[in-house]
Amino acid sequence: MRFLDEYRDAGLAQKLAAEIHRVTTRPWTIMEVCGGQTHAIVKFGIDELLPRQIELVHGPGCPVCVTPLEAIDQALEIAAKPDVIFASFGDMLRVPGSTTDLLSVKAQGGDVRIVYSPLDAVRLAEQNPGMEVVFFAVGFETTAPATALAVFQAAQKKLGNFSMLVAHVLVPPAIGALMSSPGCRVQAFLAAGHVCTVMGFGEYFPLAEKYRVPMVVTGFEPLDILHGVLLAVRQLESGRAEVENQYSRAVRREGNQPAQALIKNVFQVVPRKWRGVGEIPLSGLALADGYAAFDTGKKFGLAVRQVDEPAECLAGLILQGLKKPHECPAFGAKCTPERPLGAPMVSGEGACAAYYRYRRHGAREMAGAK
Amino acid sequence: MKTQGISAACPVPIAQYPHVLMAHGGGGTLMHELLENIFGRAFSNPILDTRHDSAQFAVPPGRLAMTTDSYVVRPIFFPGGDIGSMSIHGTVNDLAMSGARPLYLSCGFIIEEGLPMETLWRVVCSMRDAAENCGVQIITGDTKVVDKGKGDGLFINTTGIGVVEHEQTILPQGVQPGDAVIVSGDLGRHGMAIMAVREGLEFESAIESDSAPVVAPVLELLGAGVEIHCLRDLTRGGLAGALNEIAGAAGVKIAIQQMAVPVRADVSAACEMLGLDVLHVANEGRFVAFIAAKDSERAINILRRHEVGSNASIIGSVVAKSTPLVTLRSAIGATRILDMPGGEQLPRIC
Repeated sequence: MRFLDEYRDAGLAQKLAAEIHRVTTRPWTIMEVCGGQTHAIVKFGIDELLPRQIELVHGPGCPVCVTPLEAIDQALEIAAKPDVIFASFGDMLRVPGSTTDLLSVKAQGGDVRIVYSPLDAVRLAEQNPGMEVVFFAVGFETTAPATALAVFQAAQKKLGNFSMLVAHVLVPPAIGALMSSPGCRVQAFLAAGHVCTVMGFGEYFPLAEKYRVPMVVTGFEPLDILHGVLLAVRQLESGRAEVENQYSRAVRREGNQPAQALIKNVFQVVPRKWRGVGEIPLSGLALADGYAAFDTGKKFGLAVRQVDEPAECLAGLILQGLKKPHECPAFGAKCTPERPLGAPMVSGEGACAAYYRYRRHGAREMAGAK
Repeated sequence: MKTQGISAACPVPIAQYPHVLMAHGGGGTLMHELLENIFGRAFSNPILDTRHDSAQFAVPPGRLAMTTDSYVVRPIFFPGGDIGSMSIHGTVNDLAMSGARPLYLSCGFIIEEGLPMETLWRVVCSMRDAAENCGVQIITGDTKVVDKGKGDGLFINTTGIGVVEHEQTILPQGVQPGDAVIVSGDLGRHGMAIMAVREGLEFESAIESDSAPVVAPVLELLGAGVEIHCLRDLTRGGLAGALNEIAGAAGVKIAIQQMAVPVRADVSAACEMLGLDVLHVANEGRFVAFIAAKDSERAINILRRHEVGSNASIIGSVVAKSTPLVTLRSAIGATRILDMPGGEQLPRIC
């Protein structure tokens, strides 16, 4: 397929891998921020092509995984109401709240619908004037513009039956929090290419400088990721800590400015709790005061109940790159995609799901199968 | 044949009622009219025409194969097929997976009150055409009408009986190390066609379902003496589901090559957009065959002579007897597990 096969070419992948082997002289730990990159790495076996000294650790870039348990519980409460159509991305449906998940709420009669765009939820509100339509707005800066546009449209159409439960989060504050945390092993970042298509990469210069850490804006195909690793290793080996753009076919330094303006218009930056990680200052988006009428929490008078994560789930450590999924005692035993303890086991971008799907049998057994 | 000349283009044989009523399932005159004018007319054959409570037929020599399946697809009509043709192809294909020649079908209809009579007629005509195309007769059936809101338009169950005329053992347990793994055509079209229509996704060109009978190529493989160890149709769960089931039943490792799996560019693009793995997506006219290595090229040549098998490809092999495992060599040359899909396929966020 055009524009895809070119970035999955086995010969070029081997050449890039050989170059990474050539330039690597010491052990390095590199974090890919985005869960989409994690899945590509595990699905294509990209890490198998790397030298043993290069360790890829998986970052917090799975929006479903970091959505706080409290927000999921609010979603479950709203979705079960009889006069509500609850619209969500498909990824959220299997994510466990403290007692149940959206799929189970749907099975018990809740009107839960999968949408592909927040604008589909606006359409649902127009088509169902007698129902309250609630959209569960999760995601990073990548999905925030579409959410913002939905609110903007709903305001223009004066839709009184549309609101959203906003749990959007921002990447740069999370990188800052990771780097400041004790025990952080990350020496370089592959920054999430799609977030940067929207936001550009101006925000990364202060981070690279403050933490002396190379930041390489990287795409999602195998050759993108190998190239991103190569650029990061070259920086590490030569003692540089710069911002580089591997994903130049999609990302410009200033990003998508109309999209940024829309985000700024509709949202305000707030502190946000990340599931398993804790609260990170100025790391979330909430509706700006001018759009408070579309805030589900305010509209339904939802209370925020503090709930504890299951103690057996190591999602927080995994999202910070401090543990690998298979190092969790519950992995594949007490925690499977069918009976998850935490969100990373069910999300399409979760690291645990990637390991479970693609390599739970371990490397030795796989090698025997070649 | 009596039924020749009847088609969905003909006027609906029950003109006075544009929608199915509860009374059409009530056992009285209206039900009699429905059975006679819609089902009896379209499916007519000597066994069905006896109008007895059960169908009687002679048992041919050899072993018999029997299978049943229920069809609840939404929408009822989709690019490349409909619930009617699918209810014939699916059951006939299940018989073909034993290497059986399909003979007879039963069909059960659960109709929701209010279904347009024209919809029912189109579906029934489509079933008739598909059955004729597959060389099977519908010899018994049942109709129930349920209250509006208690069904979803139309559900169909078909049960099939076929005769096994070969001496081979075609079972998952027959799979042996060294077997070639062959898919009969390009994958993912049915699932993506349904998802595109259901979710209102618009691609440049409509993806058409691959719904089709695969009886003819299978019977030709058997007729040519190709040593078949196992066949499995690639419906729900797709190729990944089928390979994992067979690896589990046979206690083998199966290794396949991603690049050898035929997938059309539009299907591949749709899967990429939605974050779905095409190897998990359902097909309705595709199967995987485990063939003795010595016969693999001959099998490919036979399959490719049929339209439904024109993209048949060898995608891998059975590596060894062992703990069940399916591995996939990725496009960039690394190896990973090919897992059983986990429940419903849900599109991702970004």
